[in-house]
Amino acid sequence: MSGADRRVLLDPLLDNNPIALQILGICSALAVTTTLATAFTMSLALTVVLTISNGAVSLLRNHIPRSVRLIVQITIIASLVVVVDQILEAYAFEMSKRLSVFVGLIVTNCIVLGRAEGYAMQHGVRLSLLDGLGNGIGYSLVLILVGSVRELLGSGALLGINVLPLAVDGGWFHPMALMLMPPGAFFLIGLLIWGLRTWKRAQIEPSELPETALVLEVKTEAAEGGFARSVR
Amino acid sequence: MSEAGAAGISPPEPEGRARALAVAFAVALACGTVVSVTAVLLEPRQQANRVAERQGLIDEIVARLPGLETVLDPSGVDRIETKVVDLGTGDYVSAVDPTTYDPIKAAQDSAARVEIPPDEDLARIGARAPYATVYLARKGRDISLIILPVYGAGYASTLRGFLALEGDLNTVVALAFYEHAETPGLGARLEDPEWLAQWRGKRVRDETGQFRLQVARGRSDADPGAAPYAVDGITGATRTSQGVSQLLRYWLGDHGFGPFLSRLRNEGGAS
Repeated sequence: MSGADRRVLLDPLLDNNPIALQILGICSALAVTTTLATAFTMSLALTVVLTISNGAVSLLRNHIPRSVRLIVQITIIASLVVVVDQILEAYAFEMSKRLSVFVGLIVTNCIVLGRAEGYAMQHGVRLSLLDGLGNGIGYSLVLILVGSVRELLGSGALLGINVLPLAVDGGWFHPMALMLMPPGAFFLIGLLIWGLRTWKRAQIEPSELPETALVLEVKTEAAEGGFARSVR
Repeated sequence: MSEAGAAGISPPEPEGRARALAVAFAVALACGTVVSVTAVLLEPRQQANRVAERQGLIDEIVARLPGLETVLDPSGVDRIETKVVDLGTGDYVSAVDPTTYDPIKAAQDSAARVEIPPDEDLARIGARAPYATVYLARKGRDISLIILPVYGAGYASTLRGFLALEGDLNTVVALAFYEHAETPGLGARLEDPEWLAQWRGKRVRDETGQFRLQVARGRSDADPGAAPYAVDGITGATRTSQGVSQLLRYWLGDHGFGPFLSRLRNEGGAS
């Protein structure tokens, strides 16, 4: 594996993580990470879809007319998602019920279309497959991390096996209900992004407003408020 | 990142309407084939999973029905049989396999379903399946317990549950809901075991044959005459309470299990 290949595969893990840096695929990251098992299954499903869709789009990239390229990409992605969903329903029925609509919603996951349109349309099959796999693993890393923390703190278990002795069973651990709710996932992903950007400072984005503009805005608001008060 | 898509590394432009159509068609055909083949190949496995799930659900509900042991235990029921009933005639349908018949699916199938006339549609479900799956427990030849699937509109969702009647077909053993999406803390209290336990021993019809079973507005003992037929209303969930009353009235009425129940009554409980 050449250096370029390795970069394509490994970059999305930390340096260009689809969730932490590109902030894509947040919806499913909030929804399916209440337990580690669902997070893991979802990660696997997305990685498979992403890798194959990247490969297929790259294979067809010279034949897809620009005017219909998004439709063609979505058709390929949607078909793959249906296939994965059907396989889950046949071989992992309980899990597919717990994931309910979220496997189907991989179709609308921005990571998949983003990589197809943004990478696979311009690169060869081999690189596109590696890119899909890399982004899939990057997404999986975040999901599995968030899923582990949420299940551990929210239910005191990992993969359904009790780890922290629960207070209701005579132990000391009081489950944090917040962790099982979507805001819990938001906080965790936020902390994760903060941690990552403190470690890798290159990921910090420049502020969209220069500081003087912010000050100016606050001042204008204050002035307007004062004016409104004096009128009243 | 997606901005790269706009950058000019793209391959030579394959343009033209005919070409676009041809590529779109070919991709659709290929994808359609893959999806169809997968769906057809995996269908038997999925069906087996669904049947196992429904059976597990029924076992769980039977086990959870409050007060069921008191009916079943002394009698030493042989087993619970599953039958498919034609709701129109009240007869058993032997041609349909009860393990695979799916009334929920049939109620959505415009060819199979039976439209409910608006003035009879107390449960506000619009249409129902032609058949229903019922569960019977027998002591000797006599029915000791009958479990009927019931559903109807609540406040925010469709309430789906089972109603269990004693062998006299007029005394409630239990009511339980297994699916709903009512407001947590209000309508969702229809899952509350204490509320459900009130249904035990309530009577469906009075001596004159008048349907009386209902969820009261407020407390059930406010009107002593109605008390044998009523349970307390769920505070703050009038629409959910009403929904339960109405769906029971529908399913035990002439358009629901009425013909089936009167057939059983006429046959003295034997089939």
